[in-house]
Amino acid sequence: MAGLHKSEFENPVVNWIDTRLPVFTMMQKEYGSFPTPKNFNYFWNFGALAMITLAIMVATGIFLSMNYAANTSLAFDSVERIMRDVNYGWLLRYVHANGASMFFIVVYIHIFRALYYGSYKAPRELIFMLGVVILLLMMATAFMGYVLPWGQMSYWGATVITGLFSAIPFVGESIQTWLLGGPNVDNATLNRFFSLHYLMPFMITGVVFLHIAAIHIAGSNNPLGIDVKSPQDTLPFHPYYTAKDSIGVCVYLLVFAGLVFFAPNFLNHPDNFIPANPAVTPAHIVPEWYFLPFYAILRSVPNKLGGVILMFSAIAVLFVLPWLDTSPVRSTRFRPMYKPFLALFVIAFFALGYVGGLPPDGPNVVIGQVATAYYFMHFLVVLPLLGKLEKPLPLPESIARPVIRRTPDFSGGGGGPLPQGATAKPMEKS
Amino acid sequence: MSDIDHASVREAITTVGTPDPTKRDFLKLLTGATAAIGVGSLAWPFVSSMAPAKDVLALSSIEVDLGPISEGQGITAIWQGKPTFIRHRTAEEVKLAQSTPNKDLIDPATDASRVKAGKEQWLVVIGVCTHLGCIPLGNKPSDPRGDFGGWFCPCHGSQYDASGRVRHGPAPSNLPVPQYAFTSDTKIKIG
Amino acid sequence: MLRPMIVAPMVVALGLLAVPAVALAQGHEAVRAPKQSWSFDGLFGTFDRASAQRGFQVYKEVCSNCHSMKEMYYRNLTGIGLSEEQVKAVAGAVQVPGGTDDTGNAVERPAVPSDHFRSPFANDKAARAANNGVLPPDHSLIVKAREHGSDYVFALLNGYRDPPPGSKAPDGQYYNEYFPGNYLAMSPPLQEGGVTYADGTPATVEQMARDVTQFLTWTSNPELEDRKRMGVKAVLFLTLMTGLTIAIKKKVWKDVH
Repeated sequence: MAGLHKSEFENPVVNWIDTRLPVFTMMQKEYGSFPTPKNFNYFWNFGALAMITLAIMVATGIFLSMNYAANTSLAFDSVERIMRDVNYGWLLRYVHANGASMFFIVVYIHIFRALYYGSYKAPRELIFMLGVVILLLMMATAFMGYVLPWGQMSYWGATVITGLFSAIPFVGESIQTWLLGGPNVDNATLNRFFSLHYLMPFMITGVVFLHIAAIHIAGSNNPLGIDVKSPQDTLPFHPYYTAKDSIGVCVYLLVFAGLVFFAPNFLNHPDNFIPANPAVTPAHIVPEWYFLPFYAILRSVPNKLGGVILMFSAIAVLFVLPWLDTSPVRSTRFRPMYKPFLALFVIAFFALGYVGGLPPDGPNVVIGQVATAYYFMHFLVVLPLLGKLEKPLPLPESIARPVIRRTPDFSGGGGGPLPQGATAKPMEKS
Repeated sequence: MSDIDHASVREAITTVGTPDPTKRDFLKLLTGATAAIGVGSLAWPFVSSMAPAKDVLALSSIEVDLGPISEGQGITAIWQGKPTFIRHRTAEEVKLAQSTPNKDLIDPATDASRVKAGKEQWLVVIGVCTHLGCIPLGNKPSDPRGDFGGWFCPCHGSQYDASGRVRHGPAPSNLPVPQYAFTSDTKIKIG
Repeated sequence: MLRPMIVAPMVVALGLLAVPAVALAQGHEAVRAPKQSWSFDGLFGTFDRASAQRGFQVYKEVCSNCHSMKEMYYRNLTGIGLSEEQVKAVAGAVQVPGGTDDTGNAVERPAVPSDHFRSPFANDKAARAANNGVLPPDHSLIVKAREHGSDYVFALLNGYRDPPPGSKAPDGQYYNEYFPGNYLAMSPPLQEGGVTYADGTPATVEQMARDVTQFLTWTSNPELEDRKRMGVKAVLFLTLMTGLTIAIKKKVWKDVH
């Protein structure tokens, strides 16, 4: 009996399984009683919402693929067949299409939380980097998924984006041909995109598992950005955060339902209801809304290769963010000088999204270039410099004290050096 | 973080406050039950989407116009992917089929049980040999019909009579009669 | 909870986002189709079956001479209130490709409800040849395939005008106030009294346009009524669940705050 886990569960069936494979103990430890900071606000709900969205996307995707045909002569009609003939096919399709948008809304807000509260700072750098990997995989999955209905935007969006690879000097054309399986986007491309679109969400699931495992090593951040110092600062995840998260889930599903049932094509482009036609280019080729900021960055450089490099750099810069930000303080709540810059970053991101959807004429280009400039300046100039120059507000003693007192003590506490654990140093074992 | 003392955590939980059991239990029950209804109704569209789709159902029955089929002739229609023989039997064929004694039949069945009352001249059977699945010959006037005036299977020599009943093996059973009904004197709906 | 410095830029940004929904359109000089009110609008919208049936008559007698509707089956027509018998009659009056005879030549046969709508031309090339090189688009999804679909189709059908003073319509093109670029190859399809409605409604151009738009909105969105009905149930249920989960959360957290 050596090596068997000593299970504390009373139910004999559960106990039998748990001794041989301690999944129940693990669930109890990692989700049941896991000590979670007690001061989470609703921004902390969005990770769970992202996980639920992933589950919804996989479920609807599997059932859609029972009726989808990944062949250029059949794809468009097979999607229409799903919409018209398959029982609840229209529901599966609209949930899946709008689910992609919901996934990005939720993930963008989730990332904003990390930026605002410094969740990417030590010791959570790897958690953040895994998150960026998830974002990249999501973007690849969404891009390939949009090609599958084989509408005009599917075809031409694929043509434009895969065309970017030819910008790579010397090997660009060969890489593009290899990617497409031919000289242009055609049946070979559609088939492999379907295969990879089916595969990638499972890769995402794996990285999500790593992402959460890493969180459970360092522990969650919290709105104050200070470390947990004692059990008084935490609550068991169940029932406190299962209860709180379920509110968020219901509100999220309400928004989702509003889209799916009453405005299912609001975020979609009408041109994608026209079957793909290689001989007719749409007046304006526009990617899905969640790609618009990056599309704007791509178009802000007149040089094709430059635009491609800048677009990929916009994501790449996120990987090194933990090292770019020099502030010893995590949460923007205590960084009054940084707040307006972060606000400016958000405005720049929205501005990029806005011009990304418009034709690249006149003022749109200038706005795009200015916003792109600020995007990179924010990461490469503001974050490194500001951390050294600004004077952060004094941090509270602990999480438990501000919660019980209701009015956080910002002036007293300690006029001298910052309290132990407020700075983003690697966790020390107590 | 992983060194958190579980005992003190448990202590922290209990010192946070004792909930009102009855009120919380009812609320938990109500919420749990409503959530279960929600999840259940979520599952239904997935399950239902796997049932035959509307276009599949639309093809699951066919209408056949019997007018063009003259006496002694037979046609082959395709129903649910299977060849289906429709024969307009002559009066002699009907009489012979009706008077065949059971002892002569490998798979006993009366002719009356295989046709519609008042329309005995029409025989509708699935044209797939019950031995190993070949399509028996006998619909075209030039086809061999075997010794019993019905159908002859070229694969292993099974023979059927004009009621579609097996008379000579190796086939074990009669040609199956699909569900069908007369929608008018000259039209039938199969399936 | 939500600090002003977070809320403020979000509000600004969301305000910006509200504009491009319209601006994302083709970016052309044509006028945006005026907003109409349709029976299928809103949370509780339904199709006006009488109007849709009249619209089907317009489609059948006028539009289907050039425009295919490949995704539709005759059996779908029960969705706008035709009976099984009427559907069989409509289908039976149409000849559709029926495979080949025993020598391999293509044959035609009367349609049955499980057939697709008959296409006016055998293929795209034939369609172009018969229409001055222009392909009349398929109508199955036309309302979803155009910005502000229903309003646009209605406006287009009513939007033919004389070219503005000083400009002349190119050969084979017609001026339309709502078509992107203002000139399209389709001649005004609806003429006053061109169709004699089975229910006796006077067939003005506006009436026919309204009816055929109702029909075309249905062919693009046949699931609309089911979808909205389910949506109301889902929203009500989720609102209830939100209330319940808020109540439970407050109970669970009572002694923490």
